[in-house]
Amino acid sequence: MHFKFWGVRGSIASPGPATVRYGGNTTCIEVRGDNNELIILDGGTGIFQLAQTLFAEFPIDINVFITHTHWDHIQGLPMFVPIFVPGNSITIHGAADIVNQRSIKDVLTLQMDYSYFPVRESQLNARMNYVDLTPPSQSLEVGSCKVSCLLMNHPVLNFAYRIDCNGKSMVFTGDHEWDFNIYDADDDEYDEYQGFIEEKRRGIIEFFKGADALIIDTAYAEEEYPQRKGWGHGTFDTSIKAAREAGVKKAYLTHHEPTRSDDELERIFNEALLRNQIGDGDPEFYLAREGLKVDL
Amino acid sequence: MSLEQVEILKLVEKMPAFPQAVTRVLELTAKAECSPKELVQVIEHDPIMTVKILKLVNSAFYGLPRPINSINHGVVYIGINTIKNLALSIAAIGMLPKKTSIDFDMDEFLLHSLGVGAVAKKLAGRLGFNDKDAADFFIAGLLHDFGKVVLAQFKGEEFQQALQLAGSGNISLAAAEQSIFATDHAQIGGLLAETWKLPPNLIDSIRFHHEPEANSHDNALIDCIYAANAIVNSIPVGFSGNHHVDEFPERIEQLFRADLTTLKEQLGDLSTEIQQARAFISQ
Repeated sequence: MHFKFWGVRGSIASPGPATVRYGGNTTCIEVRGDNNELIILDGGTGIFQLAQTLFAEFPIDINVFITHTHWDHIQGLPMFVPIFVPGNSITIHGAADIVNQRSIKDVLTLQMDYSYFPVRESQLNARMNYVDLTPPSQSLEVGSCKVSCLLMNHPVLNFAYRIDCNGKSMVFTGDHEWDFNIYDADDDEYDEYQGFIEEKRRGIIEFFKGADALIIDTAYAEEEYPQRKGWGHGTFDTSIKAAREAGVKKAYLTHHEPTRSDDELERIFNEALLRNQIGDGDPEFYLAREGLKVDL
Repeated sequence: MSLEQVEILKLVEKMPAFPQAVTRVLELTAKAECSPKELVQVIEHDPIMTVKILKLVNSAFYGLPRPINSINHGVVYIGINTIKNLALSIAAIGMLPKKTSIDFDMDEFLLHSLGVGAVAKKLAGRLGFNDKDAADFFIAGLLHDFGKVVLAQFKGEEFQQALQLAGSGNISLAAAEQSIFATDHAQIGGLLAETWKLPPNLIDSIRFHHEPEANSHDNALIDCIYAANAIVNSIPVGFSGNHHVDEFPERIEQLFRADLTTLKEQLGDLSTEIQQARAFISQ
């Protein structure tokens, strides 16, 4: 089993000389099972370049798992070339939208609406399938892989995905902010809320437990976070803490801020490792980088 | 389920929430920095918003291992932004009229419901429940009579007749409803709660809040809502169409080791809770 990053940038694509080392494409991760099954996590702009490498495999069966429907995780989908080619079979999995009563199919259909794209979803030549995943958790088989999902914490419903394949495992959080108590310590409801938060955290750490690789939303430096509380993302410290708690072997910090240069990213990362005294017995920490391939 | 019950289910989908909650939700959500705590408090003061959000969170879509009966739990489960958007979509339906075409004052009804919620929570504390569990009693109190709002909205004429029959005080509103509808607001509320997969204890506390003797599982919610309802009606706080107040049946007297009058005295001063409820309603 192995995976490769095709996009590690959050919010919006940010090409340019300052981001050329870690990459400016938004989230997309290619995962291959032991039988070369293709699983794609999220369809950010990185999925466009991933598509260019797939032609030799056509006709192909692809399973795309969308963590959540914010633009930076779906904006590459209408341009994902395999969907236009007959003979291919593409299945898109994700959470339905309960606020607007839309399925995951509706999301792609809207993206390809007249105002936004010249081709409509109904004109796609590949065999398109859509699976609405049910929160809080569900598992399904993709060839030799088992894919499980878990509801996390973000302004829109967001699933983390765990892929287990013949004893190896990886987890991707999608976008996630660790819950904070909305009450003050002296409010009546504080304790009740705290109980719910702790229960949720236990479930999430359990989901991560012992994974060979954890890919985790690490958008913010600690000093940036107070102004961005509630925006739905993690920080370097919260990612390090969770990775340690779950005892994962390797942790890849992703969802880099679009304004963050490569140099700045490395500086903040190294400071975080020092501050948290990463040492023996800890997971290995890495910055997710476009083009990085990881064998498990 | 009868055809009429199916019809009522569909109508309730479109039912708006109380004006106070709708106005506050629209105000709070208009700002980028919407205080999560304030939003939750607004939702928790409106039986329709509460029941609709609980219904959505407990729906088959979410596949929960056990039902959720607390808005706070819903917030941790699906996130404050999703709850905010759900509240907004309920607010977008419109507002319940302050006075329906019949003589049913919505402000007085809401005051009664908030009153029963507050008293039920106090009674829960008296029975030894901790703060976290006592919150369940508040919600049960808030929701216990929401079947009446459904009847007032969708069966106005017949409900008006029931109100008039009960107006003398000789029979309860529930008995008057039975004579006209062959069902009553408790049964209707219970049926809706059941269809929406709310927690079983909560369903029963709505369904049996006039029949404490039907409490076969020693469900403290049923007992506390019954007692709180009687206390609030006898003060009275607000008005929910029922002038008739019975003395406590033996079961309730034994549980609280007091009759209605004594229990009222023992609860002490409820004026803070009543003032808070009035403050919310007069926004």
